[in-house]
Amino acid sequence: MSRLGTITRRSFLVAAAAIAGGVAFGVWKVRQPVPNPLDPSQGAAMNAFLVIDQDGITVVSGRADMGQGAQSALAMLVAEELDVDWQSVRVAHGPASAAYYNAAMGESLFPVPDYSMSDWMRSIGGAVGEVGKLLGTQITGGSTSIRDGYEKMRHAGASAREALKLAASARLNVPVARLRTEAGAVIAPDGTTIPYADLAEAAARIEPPQVDPRPRSEWRLIGTEVPRADMPAKVTGTQSYGIDTRLPGMKFATLRMNPRLGGAMLGVDTAPALAVPGVERVITLGTGVAVVARNTWAAFQGAEALAPDWAEAPYPADQAAIMATLEAAFDDSPNSTMRDDGDEDQPGTEISAEYRLPYLAHAPMEPQNATALWDQGRLTLWSPNQSPLLQESRVAEALGIDRTAVTVNTTAMGGGFGRRGEYDFSVLAARVAQEMPGIPVQLTWSREEDMTHDFYRPAVIARMRGKVDGGRATLLDGQIAGQGIMGQLLPRYFGFSALGPDRALVEGLFDQPYAIPRYRIRGYTAELALPIGPWRSVGSSHNGFVMESFIDELAHEAGRDPLDFRLELARPESPIAAGVLEAVRAMSDWDAPRAPGTALGVAMVWSFGTPVAQVIEVVQEEAGIRIARAWIACDAGIAIDPQNLRAQMEGGLIYGLSAAVHGQITFADGMVEQRNFPDTDGLRMPGAPRIETRILEDNPHIGGVGEPGTPPAAPALANALFALTGTRARELPLDRTFRFIL
Amino acid sequence: MPTTLTINGTAQVIDAPEDTPLLWVLRDELGMTGTKFGCGVGACGACTVHIDGEAMRSCQVALGDVWGEVTTIEGLGNPAAMHAVQAAWLRHQVAQCGYCQSGQIMQAADLLSRIPDPTDADIDEAMAGNLCRCGTYNRIRAAIHDAAIQMREDAI
Repeated sequence: MSRLGTITRRSFLVAAAAIAGGVAFGVWKVRQPVPNPLDPSQGAAMNAFLVIDQDGITVVSGRADMGQGAQSALAMLVAEELDVDWQSVRVAHGPASAAYYNAAMGESLFPVPDYSMSDWMRSIGGAVGEVGKLLGTQITGGSTSIRDGYEKMRHAGASAREALKLAASARLNVPVARLRTEAGAVIAPDGTTIPYADLAEAAARIEPPQVDPRPRSEWRLIGTEVPRADMPAKVTGTQSYGIDTRLPGMKFATLRMNPRLGGAMLGVDTAPALAVPGVERVITLGTGVAVVARNTWAAFQGAEALAPDWAEAPYPADQAAIMATLEAAFDDSPNSTMRDDGDEDQPGTEISAEYRLPYLAHAPMEPQNATALWDQGRLTLWSPNQSPLLQESRVAEALGIDRTAVTVNTTAMGGGFGRRGEYDFSVLAARVAQEMPGIPVQLTWSREEDMTHDFYRPAVIARMRGKVDGGRATLLDGQIAGQGIMGQLLPRYFGFSALGPDRALVEGLFDQPYAIPRYRIRGYTAELALPIGPWRSVGSSHNGFVMESFIDELAHEAGRDPLDFRLELARPESPIAAGVLEAVRAMSDWDAPRAPGTALGVAMVWSFGTPVAQVIEVVQEEAGIRIARAWIACDAGIAIDPQNLRAQMEGGLIYGLSAAVHGQITFADGMVEQRNFPDTDGLRMPGAPRIETRILEDNPHIGGVGEPGTPPAAPALANALFALTGTRARELPLDRTFRFIL
Repeated sequence: MPTTLTINGTAQVIDAPEDTPLLWVLRDELGMTGTKFGCGVGACGACTVHIDGEAMRSCQVALGDVWGEVTTIEGLGNPAAMHAVQAAWLRHQVAQCGYCQSGQIMQAADLLSRIPDPTDADIDEAMAGNLCRCGTYNRIRAAIHDAAIQMREDAI
């Protein structure tokens, strides 16, 4: 049970409401115990970020923590204004509520590169994001938590602080201007100190003043390295993830769904499962079955004992046919031409290359799961998810009940990487629970079920053409074919069809800060009923590799140093991008001669508002190639907590390298061939490079940090391998071509 | 027939089939959820516990085969009294999602009990079976070296 669930009736809620075009604040007493702080029907504009009670301060962010540290960083923004000791601050996700809509999601709607967005676009992007209130975009994704929360969390803290001072002023009969705040208390000139907890009730009755957050020069917390609020629990095994939910009388269940994704189950003999000791029930679900047992192991055994009759997949059955469908998309007219700069007639030597990238699974360490209780017409859910309102509405739909009869508890999660923005786990758990009134049931995917029933990073084929003249790129013409993520996601998440260009297919290609006289990018969407979805860094996860591999090929063709070549392209477009390239050049001692059998590769990708450059060093040893070292420079503007930002950059790099080296999902007979970690592994301790990260803060806009570390990793490695071996990798994963020490 | 195990110093009577893996006995029969399920095939290390002080994948050890005293992450230390390895993890802010860290910490504690001053190669060898999808390996390595120093100093 989260702390929020245990907050007593003594708790008071200090809340702020953000509205389009400004920020307004309201503070009121909540008479019901949280988690019913605000009825969304009272007004979608109301946000509730802060609970003050006798036990201290709890910052309610409405954002999921999948490991990226967003809850701690958002709490720092509130705590900066509130003058509380960091040690006294707790964090909570809070309820599913439109109050926690994500306005920053709107910024990515423009068909222009982030680095060249004008202020009016940013402001309209924010306003478009307000539509999130109506759509219910309480989503943790797109590296938006800080971009969305930077202003509103600081305003929430400042407003609450002033309300507390007003309450103290009234009690002490001292003008508010003479009061100050420190360490969770209001302090009068004579030294009288009143803890916030003693003022919260009175403060909650005061209309709070609207005040601007403090200027950066007065910050004491933001920009410092603070211990993450979740760390003690995570190192002692006491953090409760979704899969750790334990309720009295709870049953344990698992799934066996059609491995031909989206196909039906034609029939099943349930007897073999029921014969397994500990198995209590088999519940059919149309596209598969759930096996309910006394423990998860018995449920797994029961599910494995079944031999259901599966229908065919609604997509081509094997890998070659799937890739042929992608290839055929090039024959259609393009879905998008998101960049079309300059004239086709450019001087120089022409080269071209084709790249192929595979489908990928998310494979978070915690397999998919959800726990549900159906009781007297109400469904209560404990779900590790990135989109609470989506869980709520889709569960209500599936059960044929009103969404007000659904309560979503968003738990801590063992990784997400985009997988937990989906809602399949919540809906299936709810459907199983509905068959078992009054009995809580936890539904856990086996690793095999998780890996073979994902919403995969789409496979793509890219055809690149370019020219170099006099040592410089004069032309870059890219075409990319793949399934459009938005084409699946918008209907699945929001119930409407995607129209117009699918930005996700071409992001990371069309929006890079390179001055190339002829720069054109066209996207071709392939129609396939194969489930795909956002995977850490979305389109940039494949396009970073395509773009930065081809830029390297152009540099080679031009006979230029690949870092110099990029710097010349980047400087006229963005000094911020040039800055991260300069930084990795210095950090890696790029220009110094390397020992024999050692080589460097570089890549730079601008994604989610943040340019990231990486240099990777590879070393040829007797046993194979070692990925020895990596240097990262990033510029996300203000670094809220540098140590957490570095963690995200390191983690993003490892996630990208894992996919580059090992990652693939392939199909045979309509089924995913990789079933567990031995089949598509991640990097491990011996194969992980030593990483050094430098944070620049020249970017005038706050960028994301959860995803931008991933896109440059694969191309930086492939470019290093080219420098080492002369072999250019145009297909992933790289372990098909190179022998690594892992 | 019920099986009796000693887990974190306490005798536990478990009435479950003898082929039930220790992982699921801990998590589902006893409600000790600090030990995590990651892969079920001994490939990720999230379920690592100690049996008589030695790191073992609890998803691969059947209840009937448990040969000694079991220590889980809950028995290694707690938020009020952390083991030196846990304290080092805290100092280095190792965890991101944290899901694999129970297993990483149990594996590291086993390593340091055998090799008080491990080299990087020792760490590579001991930790290779523990997967972290968040990519915290650099910090894990630093925390192990740091814990080694602390444990040696504490021993003096």
